Amino acid sequence: MMRPRSVRIRRSINVLALVCSLVAALIGLVFLIWILAEVIVKGASCINWDFFTQLPVPPGEEGGGLANAMLGTVIITVVATLLGVPLGILAGTYLSEFGRNRFGDTIRFLSNIFVSAPSIVIGVFVYAILVVPLGGFSGLAGGVSLAIIMLPVVTRTTEEMLRLVPNSVREAALALGAPYWHVVWQVVYRSARAGMLTGIILAIARVSGETAPLLFTALNSPYWPEGLMEPMANLTVTIFNYAMSPYDDWQVKAWGASLLIMLAVLAMNIIARVFVHRMGK
Amino acid sequence: MFLPPEVAVKISVRNLNFYYGKVQALFDNSLDIAEKKVTAFIGPSGCGKSTHIRTYNRMYSLYPDHRAEGEVKIDGKNILEDDVDLIDLRTRVGMVFQKPTPFPMSIFDNVAYGIRLKGRFSKSELEGRVEQALKDAALWDEVKENIHTIGTALSGGQQQRLCLARAIAVEPEVILMDEPCSALDPVATYKIEDLIDRLKERFTIIIVTHNMQQAARVSDYTAFFYLGRCVEFGPTDQLFTKPVKKETEDYITGRFG
Repeated sequence: MMRPRSVRIRRSINVLALVCSLVAALIGLVFLIWILAEVIVKGASCINWDFFTQLPVPPGEEGGGLANAMLGTVIITVVATLLGVPLGILAGTYLSEFGRNRFGDTIRFLSNIFVSAPSIVIGVFVYAILVVPLGGFSGLAGGVSLAIIMLPVVTRTTEEMLRLVPNSVREAALALGAPYWHVVWQVVYRSARAGMLTGIILAIARVSGETAPLLFTALNSPYWPEGLMEPMANLTVTIFNYAMSPYDDWQVKAWGASLLIMLAVLAMNIIARVFVHRMGK
Repeated sequence: MFLPPEVAVKISVRNLNFYYGKVQALFDNSLDIAEKKVTAFIGPSGCGKSTHIRTYNRMYSLYPDHRAEGEVKIDGKNILEDDVDLIDLRTRVGMVFQKPTPFPMSIFDNVAYGIRLKGRFSKSELEGRVEQALKDAALWDEVKENIHTIGTALSGGQQQRLCLARAIAVEPEVILMDEPCSALDPVATYKIEDLIDRLKERFTIIIVTHNMQQAARVSDYTAFFYLGRCVEFGPTDQLFTKPVKKETEDYITGRFG
């Protein structure tokens, strides 16, 4: 028979566990706030009207901005969203509504592995299948690489959100004589839309900070985006280039661009939360 | 177990067996459902009442490992056969579920959902049909002011009447009710029972219930289920006053279940 441990020992173990987890949480939080503070302190100084409206200037000259990179990042992200989101929703719908079999299990398994695929590998892959055959770096290739990163994320959240819709809802619609596709389109999506939208926004937030795949695909450019088939300026590769440069002005602009991306990601997360609150009811 | 020849039969069930995967849930169920009457299914939890009525509209076909064998003839046609058009079947055999299941859309769109599936109607005709269905379900007066607000915001009893209106709107021949009052308070229950009484002129109604008083109040015929078998079937007053089988008597006198 086990002897019960004394109350005092149990209490002290409890306190110890509590303190350890609190310290761990605080350490995580400290780094988060530190990064935020550092980016704000170093980046805020270059945020001005020109930063948002002007093209970059050569090193040594004062002024200029990163307007082209901001526009490029938006274009690349929109291309990625247009490609990745519809495919991801369809794939997630398949897995939830039709893929409850071995084939579906296989796709689900592969898709889950895919979520954690290193993004640089995807960049190299798109370089091989698009950049080389098309004869050069392009915004399109950048969008495609980000779409590939989004695809499994959107697939997974879509499937999870659709599975949360109880079967009683599907049955109620089927019982009225609705074809299955109509049930999914009109009733199941409606029931799951808050969660699906949240997943999409978080997927966009996730890819908007990617750098490695763009290095191999969209590359960068000091000019305004001229077309999807040309190399396209974007914020993350600009941060990479500017931060590695020896020029103080460029380094400050890299901090400014970092601040901008962090704020954008923060905004998307807040929007996602608002959706959950508003429509989740 | 069957109806006398002078009663019009809407559904005739013969040797119905049902399997959830390898587990058999129904054993050789045979009974007749009279046209434009109310038939109640009673029995303890897990006895197969719900499983049984879910074969009438092939609801189980949604689940790949659910399987039914035998005959369920509606107007003479065995609807368990593979070539049955499920969409057509379900517009003829409507269903109201245990938990109210309004769709996340307006009250109007909830009721219009099934009507729109049947074809294109002009706006005025659609509105007329929705209004009529809500009146038939005794919900119109309570919701006519805010018919474009979301249906999930109604009370539980109202939601269930909304689901009934939605089923009626499709103008089925048969309405299946799977414990429609089990989530409702006595007042809401009374309203549904009152509706059943009025709707049986137009529809063949089958109601699954845990509540024997409810079965006695609303139904013309009653079937008693126990352990997946249809133990006894007959006119309601007869089954409740002079049950033939011992299990039936034990159940309705409250000795078990």
